[in-house]
Amino acid sequence: MELIEAIILAVLAASTPLLIAATGELVTERSGVLNLGVEGMMIVGAACGFAGAWLTGSIFIGALFGIVAGTLMSLVFALMTLGLAVNQVATGLALTILGIGLSGLIGAGFVGERITPAVHLHIPGLTDIPLIGRVLFGEDAFVYFSLALIVGVWWFLYRTRPGLILRACGDNHVSAHALGYPVLRIRTFAVMFGGACAGLAGAYLPLAYTPFFIPGMTAGRGWIALALVVFSSWRPGRLVVGAYLFGAVTILQLHAQGWGVGVPSQLMSALPYLATVIVLVLLSRARTGGSTAPAALGTVFVPDR
Amino acid sequence: MRKTLLALAAGLLLAGSVSAASAADKLKVGFIYLGPIGDLGWTYQHDLARQALVKELGDKIETTYLENVPEGPDAERAIEQLVRAGNKLIFTTSFGYMDPTLKVAKKYPNVHFEHSTGYKRDKNMSTYSAKWYQGRYIQGLIAAKMSKSGVLGYIGSFPIPEVVSGINATILAAQTINPNIKVKIIWANTWFDPGKEADAAKALIDQGADVIMQHTDSPAAMQIASERGKLAFGQDSEMIKFGPKTQLTSILDTWAPYYIARVKAELDGTWKSEDTWGGLDSHMFAMAPYTNMPDDVKKMAEDAQAAITAGKLHPFKCPVIGQDGKPVECKGGDHLDDGQILGMNFYVKGIDDKLPGK
Repeated sequence: MELIEAIILAVLAASTPLLIAATGELVTERSGVLNLGVEGMMIVGAACGFAGAWLTGSIFIGALFGIVAGTLMSLVFALMTLGLAVNQVATGLALTILGIGLSGLIGAGFVGERITPAVHLHIPGLTDIPLIGRVLFGEDAFVYFSLALIVGVWWFLYRTRPGLILRACGDNHVSAHALGYPVLRIRTFAVMFGGACAGLAGAYLPLAYTPFFIPGMTAGRGWIALALVVFSSWRPGRLVVGAYLFGAVTILQLHAQGWGVGVPSQLMSALPYLATVIVLVLLSRARTGGSTAPAALGTVFVPDR
Repeated sequence: MRKTLLALAAGLLLAGSVSAASAADKLKVGFIYLGPIGDLGWTYQHDLARQALVKELGDKIETTYLENVPEGPDAERAIEQLVRAGNKLIFTTSFGYMDPTLKVAKKYPNVHFEHSTGYKRDKNMSTYSAKWYQGRYIQGLIAAKMSKSGVLGYIGSFPIPEVVSGINATILAAQTINPNIKVKIIWANTWFDPGKEADAAKALIDQGADVIMQHTDSPAAMQIASERGKLAFGQDSEMIKFGPKTQLTSILDTWAPYYIARVKAELDGTWKSEDTWGGLDSHMFAMAPYTNMPDDVKKMAEDAQAAITAGKLHPFKCPVIGQDGKPVECKGGDHLDDGQILGMNFYVKGIDDKLPGK
């Protein structure tokens, strides 16, 4: 029982940064912009988040630092791709390289320092319930926030008029423009939201997961977040499933090794990726025709006047 | 506007490359690093040694380093860049630089190369490494004494001989204290991913391990062990900051004496291609202070360290029994020979797991 609880707790912690970053990227992509710089924005968020928390002693301010840093990074991207109509793929890749370098520079002075990680909720009585107590009532604020965030994004995209307009920009920017919507402005906000989420996801790593900063500590999680958006076929509900599935397989393969199941560890390490690919294939087979990707995804839009 | 940006970007790229400059009479020594110098582990220790080198011979030499150089074809370019910048002695500090270093070495016979942890040499290319398994043996003794559950947790990076010999040395030592000791092994399949290393440490602790040892590079496992009130060993560098009440000891890579000796040889003109595989006796690595343990355990660890240093105790003393229950061929007299340890691809008896790829 305790082991199951421990596994679920580890899965939630491992999945949360993926979920937050992927939620932001989902909104960005729904507006028609492909930002491949998630990894770069995350790692800068991690460096600034740690810096903020270390300097002020507050995890909350650290998280804010992460959000602001991610947003600033995404503004560089917006300036290039929306303002100057540069290729989005190339700019996104450049943003990642920039982010990795920049984070090393920002974080250089903080390497080797440690902070007190984010506190976990504790409600006497509720948190002590066996099996589900700590899972439901004993998480840190990031976990609850990530779930609130994805519900909020779902509600925004499907239940509000601005959400509808944002999706319209992603599906057909020419029509949206003809209807008088400020496509570039909407996309800029979507890109900024994506940057803010990536920055927060990055900040989660040094603030709650492993409370220290080391250059390169995101270790490819930004790329996984990007893959999860495709996996979810750009739908918030499936994104949650995908993020937790990925986290669960990652943690379970570690436990399987500890139990000595006898499957090669290399294969075990590949399992989360294999599972993602298989589910993706199944989903696309089950779907009735048509691509679910935003139709204008990754295309440059220059208003004619 | 776009042209200006491009020009700016090009300018930044140039500024980022090696700056060849100044005093022509000084010997130029170059370093290629795998990670950032702030990784607190592998690369950090190499750079500490470089700093010690500058302190010792700074008036005669000039050092340059390139960090974050990926293993593979990119490394070749980076090494060649150092050659073109006038470096006469170049240290390439990771296993994956082996072939690129050899290729560049053949191209520039007048430049001397030092490659860490590899096995290919040439007349202008040396190799150097350390017998870390000696340190692992001491850790195994301590772990068996300190474990209450009798289950040790071991986080491996990749199932290569260096890591496998470390696991075997650990368990062989632990068995001399507690014949029924168990070790749970989780391969992270990465050298560096703090999140994953933390997850692996959590899994091991959740499965009953109470002493965590790692062959991955970040202090994440130490930090988790500290959070859970368990014990752990550091890796490559001093990690006690991440577990003041947790770290038992740590194997410290101390490259400085070797680097200083090799650069002095280069300055004297006596440098020649060699294969150095040094242990505690030649100070290729050191043990961090023995902490968080009772005095008798500390004494035992110190005695073992002294015995290994003096050559009286060999971690792979024959007979070494393999997982199949049969003794391993003993090529080194009363212990396994260097070749057997350098190519170790089997688990010893007492490990209930299967070696990946076997």
